[in-house]
Amino acid sequence: MAYIDDHRNLAAMTGEARVEDYFALLKPSVMSLVVFTAFVGLVVAPGAINPIVALIAVLCIAIGGGASGALNMWYDSDIDAIMSRTQNRPIPAGRISRNQALVFGIVLAAFSVGVLGLATNWLAAGFLAFTIFFYVVIYTMWLKRLTPQNIVIGGAAGSFPPMIGWAAVNGTITIQSAALFLIVFLWTPPHFWALALYKQSDYGAAGVPMMPNVAGEESTKLQILVYSALLAASTLLPSFLGMAGWLYTAVAVVTGVSFTFLAWRLYRAPDGVPMRKMARNLFAYSLSYLFIVFFALLADNLLMRFGSVLS
Amino acid sequence: MSAPDELREVTVETPEVAAARAKVRRRRSIALGLILAALVAIFYALTLVKMGSAVFYRDL
Repeated sequence: MAYIDDHRNLAAMTGEARVEDYFALLKPSVMSLVVFTAFVGLVVAPGAINPIVALIAVLCIAIGGGASGALNMWYDSDIDAIMSRTQNRPIPAGRISRNQALVFGIVLAAFSVGVLGLATNWLAAGFLAFTIFFYVVIYTMWLKRLTPQNIVIGGAAGSFPPMIGWAAVNGTITIQSAALFLIVFLWTPPHFWALALYKQSDYGAAGVPMMPNVAGEESTKLQILVYSALLAASTLLPSFLGMAGWLYTAVAVVTGVSFTFLAWRLYRAPDGVPMRKMARNLFAYSLSYLFIVFFALLADNLLMRFGSVLS
Repeated sequence: MSAPDELREVTVETPEVAAARAKVRRRRSIALGLILAALVAIFYALTLVKMGSAVFYRDL
């Protein structure tokens, strides 16, 4: 730890941005979610795609997501400096300048959209461009500091990647790809509000109107419960739409009931430490939940394809 | 119009900072080189995939 601090200090003293700082601008943890859901959308989409083109498409979607992250950090550097969770990001920590982040984000956004268009089709590329625009302009610049519904509407940006992956394969937007969008869209509010419930002092200090600060804890807990129930129901859509079989359905039912149960326990938890502990539990579970649901969809789809090939 | 020499702020860089600066720049250059190499590979592979075997049958 001491070495890392010294290393960072030296980097700050030199005024030179490190490779790790540029990488951190891409929000790698968010990027992993984007990559995985886009990959699943790409695999389960009907149609064929060359594996190399598929790899390039996923790479472009990942870079587009990273560009959104860099542009978000460029715009939000003032509030990032206030919140403990974000104080050590490259811009507020002084390891990279706002202009560097802005140029980096714009170049990556243009590159990812252009290459995705050349590699697959311009519907997918246009969709990626719209996603970056939605995250940076609609969410970051407009909604985030304006309304407690910020992450409900802004969450759409993080929900588009499976649709982009789908469109990259066959150039279409269908009810099935919209179902994948809906799962991530309904997952976003309980995920972020659970985080906001035990980090609300951070958001309050930064002046970001998160739901617990504006509507209160009780209202937030109720909304988390409602969204969790809707989320659990929405994960059954792939089964009804013929995209998945019994394996996915079983996983979706078990994990969905667990999610709703945790949201119910949070709703019933008394204020204070127990409530924050329950919020932390739900937040941690929600992280793995989406990966499990999408992984089950992927596994089920591959099993169905192999089954049809063998029979 | 620049300030007279005697009024300019002179920054003395310690050997540690100079070494750190060189190390950071070297690592950044290597990363940039790797990214450019990856770009070449991506566009090469994409060209082959898009054109298929036709790329080998052309008028010279």
